[in-house]
Amino acid sequence: MTTDFAVRLCNISKRFGAVQANDGVTLEVVPGAVHGLVGENGAGKSTLMAILYGYYQADSGHIEVAGRPVQIADSEQAIALGLGLVHQHFMLVDTLSCLDNVMLGAEPGFFLPTASRKTRQRLGLLMQETGLQVRLDVLVSELPVGELQRLEILKALYRGARILILDEPTAVLTPQETLQLFETLRRLKALGTTIILITHKLKEVMSLCDAVTVMRAGRVVKTCAIADTSPEDLAEAMVGRKVNLGRQQSNLALGEIRLSAQGLKLVNANAVTTLADVSLQLRAGEIVGLAGVSGNGQSELLEVLSGMLAPTQGRLQLGGSQFDANAWLDPASARDLKLAHVPEDRQACGMVMGFPAWETAALGYHEQTQLRTGRFGLSMNQPLMREQTAAMQQRFDVRPRDVELGSSKFSGGNQQKLILAREIAQSPTVLLVGQPTRGVDIGAIEFIHQQLRALRDAGCAVLLVSSELDEILTLADRVIVMNGGRITGELAIDECDETRLGLLMAAQADLPEQAQSAEAMPA
Amino acid sequence: MNQTLPRWIDVGLLPLWNLLVALLVTGLVVLAIGQSPQQAFALLLQGALGSARGIGYTLYYATTFIFTGLAVAVAYQAGLFNIGGEGQATFGGLGVTLLALGLGSVLPAPLLLPLLVLAAAIFGMVWALVPAYLQAWRGSHIVITTIMFNFLASSLNVYLLVNWLRPGGNMSVESAVFADSARMPSLHSLAAICGWELPSSPANLSLLLALLICAFVYWFLWKSGAGYALRVVGSAPRAAHFAGINPRLQVLVAMGLSGALAGLAAINEVSGVQGKLTLDFVAGAGFTGIAVSLMGRSHPVGIILASLLFGMLYQGGVEVSFEMPGFSREMVVTAQGLIVLFAGAMASVSKPAFVWLYARTRTQEASGG
Amino acid sequence: MDEIALGSIIASTLRVSTPLLLCAMAGLVSERSGVVDLGLEGKMLFAAFAAAAAASVSQSTGLGLIAAISVACLLSVLHGFACVTHRGDQVVSGVAINMVAAGLTVVLGIAWFKQGGQTPPIDATVRLTGLIPAWSEPAQAIADLGPWVGQWVAAIVGHGLLSHNLLVYLAFALVLLVWFFLEFTRPGLRLRAVGENPAMVEAAGVSVARLRYGALLVNGLLCGLAGSYLTLAQNASFSPNMSAGRGFIALAALIFGKWKPLPTLLACLLFGFLDALAIRLQGAVIPGVGEVPVQLIQALPYLLTVVLLAGFIGQAQAPKALGQPYLKER
Repeated sequence: MTTDFAVRLCNISKRFGAVQANDGVTLEVVPGAVHGLVGENGAGKSTLMAILYGYYQADSGHIEVAGRPVQIADSEQAIALGLGLVHQHFMLVDTLSCLDNVMLGAEPGFFLPTASRKTRQRLGLLMQETGLQVRLDVLVSELPVGELQRLEILKALYRGARILILDEPTAVLTPQETLQLFETLRRLKALGTTIILITHKLKEVMSLCDAVTVMRAGRVVKTCAIADTSPEDLAEAMVGRKVNLGRQQSNLALGEIRLSAQGLKLVNANAVTTLADVSLQLRAGEIVGLAGVSGNGQSELLEVLSGMLAPTQGRLQLGGSQFDANAWLDPASARDLKLAHVPEDRQACGMVMGFPAWETAALGYHEQTQLRTGRFGLSMNQPLMREQTAAMQQRFDVRPRDVELGSSKFSGGNQQKLILAREIAQSPTVLLVGQPTRGVDIGAIEFIHQQLRALRDAGCAVLLVSSELDEILTLADRVIVMNGGRITGELAIDECDETRLGLLMAAQADLPEQAQSAEAMPA
Repeated sequence: MNQTLPRWIDVGLLPLWNLLVALLVTGLVVLAIGQSPQQAFALLLQGALGSARGIGYTLYYATTFIFTGLAVAVAYQAGLFNIGGEGQATFGGLGVTLLALGLGSVLPAPLLLPLLVLAAAIFGMVWALVPAYLQAWRGSHIVITTIMFNFLASSLNVYLLVNWLRPGGNMSVESAVFADSARMPSLHSLAAICGWELPSSPANLSLLLALLICAFVYWFLWKSGAGYALRVVGSAPRAAHFAGINPRLQVLVAMGLSGALAGLAAINEVSGVQGKLTLDFVAGAGFTGIAVSLMGRSHPVGIILASLLFGMLYQGGVEVSFEMPGFSREMVVTAQGLIVLFAGAMASVSKPAFVWLYARTRTQEASGG
Repeated sequence: MDEIALGSIIASTLRVSTPLLLCAMAGLVSERSGVVDLGLEGKMLFAAFAAAAAASVSQSTGLGLIAAISVACLLSVLHGFACVTHRGDQVVSGVAINMVAAGLTVVLGIAWFKQGGQTPPIDATVRLTGLIPAWSEPAQAIADLGPWVGQWVAAIVGHGLLSHNLLVYLAFALVLLVWFFLEFTRPGLRLRAVGENPAMVEAAGVSVARLRYGALLVNGLLCGLAGSYLTLAQNASFSPNMSAGRGFIALAALIFGKWKPLPTLLACLLFGFLDALAIRLQGAVIPGVGEVPVQLIQALPYLLTVVLLAGFIGQAQAPKALGQPYLKER
């Protein structure tokens, strides 16, 4: 150890009940470097950073900051040591202004008016120095995502962060916004900030980082300089084997139109137009990918098409029935018309965490006559429900094969498989599926992709919403891109590439492709 | 953190421990007012279980608590806190009274009694449906509205008794006495018909009705399709929306059934025991129902056990208040509140200790065995 | 209506609003920090008992106030222990506190004073009296002020506004204090934030638990004052269940006021005003129907609460993290 590392986590271990989240993890970050920390969901990277930021205490091991051993008991101490964490889910209060959000916790004074003035002065200097522009007096609830992320970084820097940790920062950004973020990070690096980047996107790691650490199942499996590795190399380290997530061509001729929507418009409770004049068609035997950064209307579109939400305007034809905005579809009649829905928020919407698996497996279909028994059909046919659940678990390799187990006790991937099994078991003619592999381990991802392809090959019309562009490119036959509640483009899969799609996602078709200068930052 | 306890500890031992702590604190209160907890406890047991008559009284109290406990439990399964049991039982009693006074001389008991049961249930249901509607359609906080409706029911009861139902010339504020056909037969009179001798007590046919209703509620919640939908709404409101279940309708169903169950408590009190309508005949049973439901974990079997426990507390409490100065019904109310506190709000406080103990005994077994 | 009636109504309004206002502010501070407080009723009741018991025994107003505040704070801390430290159900905890208060006040009352739950009447010298005692009689106010400002102003201002005891004015001053505290001070900013997004506050290095306990202590202080008002100003002794649902009416006013101090004040004044009007209805005769039943007048505050809550659609206005136990771990 000739030069001190900016941060050194030595032999960190942490156990939560039966799970060893971190097992003898050592991470050494060179000062002024951008260090990538990659791994799948559940690999332990978030836990490691949570320990570094003081949310948890490690069971064993120690931490050194700038060469000195330290105890980090809570976030206050972490901040005092110059650590700043930009969380994946923004830590902001919607009802307060940006200025208040930055100030909170480090207010220079008891009375707010004077404290605000001092903070504003300091922030002005900081914004100039780093090039991060944020409108300080606007309420957080009124700002776009890109600006909110700049606010989060500003917040960390305001508290004196010399070591900036970013947790999956590009999950909510378009490719163009990602480039802008990277420019910001390069500029911060030039000012001497050390950066730890947690991500699972290997292309970003290759583009931005100087060094990378790969974690798998709580352990470090690889640490090296970026120059010495490649995305394939890193992917194999992440997963432990060679993985094929490539495309498989569909040979099916396009079938009839199963679902057709025209002029969908949705204005929400805050008078924001979340869907504006959306029209689309789904045909039998195709997977239509709906691409776009989360928050641009895809969720609302899924809710409208599945009947969970009625639009302000618009018409829908499904299974021979017509619906318009005054008399819209509802989830029960959607199911009657053989439309199935795998919701984006699987834990809150797609299952009942408190129910055992055999009761979750009937959710949405509990009114079917075959599941009822007794003289007036008032009782549930529980033996049949258990039987069907066991069959689903078998067919979709849900582990453990226990129909009595509480739904919350299954892992994310197995929960998703159970939900998918439930919906596919109904032999739907249309399947709406949102973020099917979010938080799912890679083995289950492969399985789920296979199932979706099989469903398509059997003649179902599938609408796939995913914020992972790779997933769309792997599965879809046709890609629709949404931005700001509108459809900005529709491409056959052969015409797609990341750049073109990225531009459609940002709805700016005339931006130059590669890195722009830091000054040209749109609001 | 993954803390798993085997079911028998989680559902059996832990609530029992919480109950013990609550009773210990009650004992401290008894000590604080200068009495002996041991003596009080001994008198309580003696009063509740020491004689066949005492047991009869205990069962009579338990009957009311089964109804109000089930009421809270059904609403709770739908994610709602029904604190309006007092008012719903009062209004149910009004329904019973109106029907009993109106048809008492006209119909025989086998026809009239089922009608009275129906009246109690329907009136109780109606009193719960208004707050339910306001919650579902207007977002009015159901806890506050049901408490307001408790006060309103009480005022209504007083008004009707004073101005309409009190027979002219009576000094006491109560209604006319019901005809015999409007009285739920007491258990000891039923036993006499079968040739057994039971000492006289207020325990009556309502007890059997309560047990039947327990079975019905069990079937409804865990075996019926309607119960499935209700539990989804209580457990996962967004999943309910996803599944095409109408949450507003479920609020009405849950509160309607809950109100009906609370209303049935009036059958026990008004028709079974008093034979007339009186002021405050519910006497806090609606709140006891909350404690019963929490202790019984919102499950009919647990509720029956908890009702028996509280029946013992109330009947034993009466005995103690005869023998010990300063001991009143409010001591039982205090104990009840402490039980709600320790078994309800602070139910998980002792859980880490139990997890640690359990883990230690497991490792000791592993190393010793 | 003559000037005496108007003056009396205004005076009544302020008197009735005061305990509601103090309770509502207590609830506001707690709920803005994210902790539901249904125990306002029980805390006010127990505080009333403590004030009456301490004041009648020690013959000291100060001790009465201290006792009331201490008891209410103790119950608030208990609520915090169950809900903040151990993440218990906040609604159940509040209900439990109400039950314990209802029972224990009578148990202790009977044991200590042997008057069936009542406390001995408190001497007038120990109770809180008006700052200008003479003007609690409208005629006297008119006699004193009339020559200067006219009969109407004398009645309204002299009797209506200026004849009250310290606690009434303190309650209104406290509304302004709470408003100022929330909007213009550092702890106020933090309190507003912790009720919306506690994770954010924790990430910024501020302890969520400490903020919430702080809010609960202020809540206890205010509930203590509310209870003291009942037995040291409004009545002269404690009687069982004397709070009569006021804690819940205060909660309804808080909801109607969208958890903001000044609108909540208006809601409490509305209750006070309608209550004052209702008392005048006693004995009044509605043509065609007959005399207004006394039970209806007694039931009016509860009816009004339901009507207010029914007219108000706005759970969306509540602090976002209200009622959700904060779990520090991920």
